[in-house]
Amino acid sequence: MPSTLAELPIGTDAIVQAMPTGRSCLTRLREMGIVPGTRVRVTRRAPLGEPIEISVRGSQLSMRNHEAAFIAITAA
Amino acid sequence: MSSVASEIPLIAIVGNPNSGKTTLFNLLTGLKQKVANYPGVTVEKKIGECYSQHGKKLRLIDLPGAYSLNARSPDEAVLRDVLLGRRPETPRPDRVVCVVDSANIERNLYLVSQVLELGLPTILVLNMADVAEQREWRIDAAKLSELLGIPVVKTQAVTGQGLIELKLALSRDDVPATKWQSAVIPAGVRAALEQSRGPLCETGAIHAKASLLEPLYLLSGHDPTHSGLADAQMNRIHELRKSIDATFPGWEDDLVAERYRSIEKLCADVLKRPDQEKVTITDKLDRIFLHPVLGFANLLLVLGILFYLIFRVAEGPMGWIESSFSDLGKWVETLMGPGDLRDLIVNGVVPGVSGVVIFLPQILILFFFIGILEDTGYMSRLAFIMDWLMSKVGLNGKSFLPFLSSYACAVPGVMAARTIDNPKDRLVTILIAPLASCSARLPVYSLLIAVLFPTKEVGAWTQSLIMLSLYALGTGGAFVFAWIFSKTVMKGEASPMILEMPPYKRPALKSILLLVWQRAKAFLVRAGTIILGISILIWAASTYPKTDTEDKSLQLANSFAGRAGHFIEPAIQPLGYDWKIGIGLIGSFAAREVFNSTMSVVYAVESEDDENLDPLREKLAAERRADGRPVYTPLVCISLLVFYVFAMQCISTIAIVKRETGSWKWALLQLGYMTGTAYVLSLLVFQIGTAMGY
Repeated sequence: MPSTLAELPIGTDAIVQAMPTGRSCLTRLREMGIVPGTRVRVTRRAPLGEPIEISVRGSQLSMRNHEAAFIAITAA
Repeated sequence: MSSVASEIPLIAIVGNPNSGKTTLFNLLTGLKQKVANYPGVTVEKKIGECYSQHGKKLRLIDLPGAYSLNARSPDEAVLRDVLLGRRPETPRPDRVVCVVDSANIERNLYLVSQVLELGLPTILVLNMADVAEQREWRIDAAKLSELLGIPVVKTQAVTGQGLIELKLALSRDDVPATKWQSAVIPAGVRAALEQSRGPLCETGAIHAKASLLEPLYLLSGHDPTHSGLADAQMNRIHELRKSIDATFPGWEDDLVAERYRSIEKLCADVLKRPDQEKVTITDKLDRIFLHPVLGFANLLLVLGILFYLIFRVAEGPMGWIESSFSDLGKWVETLMGPGDLRDLIVNGVVPGVSGVVIFLPQILILFFFIGILEDTGYMSRLAFIMDWLMSKVGLNGKSFLPFLSSYACAVPGVMAARTIDNPKDRLVTILIAPLASCSARLPVYSLLIAVLFPTKEVGAWTQSLIMLSLYALGTGGAFVFAWIFSKTVMKGEASPMILEMPPYKRPALKSILLLVWQRAKAFLVRAGTIILGISILIWAASTYPKTDTEDKSLQLANSFAGRAGHFIEPAIQPLGYDWKIGIGLIGSFAAREVFNSTMSVVYAVESEDDENLDPLREKLAAERRADGRPVYTPLVCISLLVFYVFAMQCISTIAIVKRETGSWKWALLQLGYMTGTAYVLSLLVFQIGTAMGY
């Protein structure tokens, strides 16, 4: 099982397990609905490999690997 | 403000970006809008009027789109300050209309819950109800209204459905207070915030009666924009913030988690989603538009259409504008006797106004096109595809379109940078945009390349190759400077690239047209006046002092501009230029293509047709220095070409950069770095070339 959102294969569901706290860039991701316990899925990668598009709380967001690598996940 | 105006209730429209909030605002107010900037920031302030269903007059304010009151951009800081009543020029709204994207309700409720806690009477609008229905999401609006204790209205802003219901809700004399239970603030953090109240009151940052939320949002703000706070107060806020951070690491993150827990509980009662998510039109379209091959092909098609529109289609109206103004000038010439006033009107004012209006076709077309891309949702896809490339130079995918548009003209390109929500990326994009070789450079490139390689000697291929390398040089320079600026300018404000991918939808044409009109008007009023003023100054500089000669060439040489050419000669000699080229460079500040017409006057070239470069080209090629060597050696031509690739020689761009960044600081920095680079590179070209014996 991959350990971060950046490694999650396309189309697989996962649950956010942990995110480092006190990082301003991650606080905004939390405010946009990605908090520990949230179900997420990578829907696709951009043609050039980055960013990734993820499905969370019924809507689509995209972010770069840099941020996604901070988000630890477990199997859904 | 008159007392009558203040009796009309002020209603704030609040919502996430992409919630359809502005479309709804436009639908309610129509053309009765006033657009300005909030003082001190480049955030647009839109106020309009409308009538409730019972004919009561209302004032509406469309507040900037935001994800949270925990501000991370000037937009969000303005929203926070207006809702807390902290902006002196904007009264605290009497009521709030919170607009929510129904198909994204859980995340949108985050901001809604924060706004509800502020205690203002609030109406909730579930917009884009159709998209939610397509996905078979069942939202129980009645239950939501019951649980929150506030009116809830379903609308579809694009078609205008639900507008009457909303106007009925706006008619209500009393909007009940919400039953929403504020999200839990952990006891320790609450105590710390209570304690921060004292010092904040002392410095005058908040009033004694301010609720706990005011220190909370001041301390959790991540954007330097604050209304009415002095440095000392800001320092105090930073100190308090640090001390809370130290005692309760990650306290902001805990608050977010708590809030989402409450929202999940609420949604469990009002939102039913199908077990298996429906495949929507958006999913199907994205399989094409974001496909590794088809996605690129489609992107090229979209950009092809854009280029066709701003290069070819805009050409027609631009031609009409030019010829109408030139006819107007000729007409005035027949009307008035010769004299300074006629000269001023015919050669100063009329071309000056023409030089402003000439930008309108491109601005109108580009903003209409961008409006369609944004409103349909394709803009996010374009940014998604291009992000990787732009990230290599420190920008993000949203910078791509404004930069690309700058190849037509930097003025609409810089204006288009408004679509970039990250303030740092927006500023860097504006700073590098004029390095894209715009269409005004094309005539100068053509002339100098023709002098360099007359077609007879080398093929058209060599000419094209040189032209292409000039475009590549400008583009390369733009990327290098983007990288440098993103590492230096506004350092330490790295914010993550988070892009929403909204569902595709039908564009709201009326709303887009209104926006295009507002942009055009703002350009004419704010930038147009500066452009007109400076072009008249440049005209005066090349006309006065007058000499008793019919020879235009002598007249120009003797004018202030001509003397300035002599004056700067020592500075430009190391680049290989003489004072006559100096006059051309000075004239180019009005617009780069003016180089050609100025040089025609300098060398007294009589040409019936501006488009025909041959007479001027021959004259340049034949021009000799005192010692008989040609002036326009290949090396001088290359040095000049390099200068034109990099130099900032466009008052219109300077004016629009000043307007879009809100200060002369960035406009002057841009003028300095571009012209400085041009000087150094042309110097290197000429000196190294000379040393190598060319």
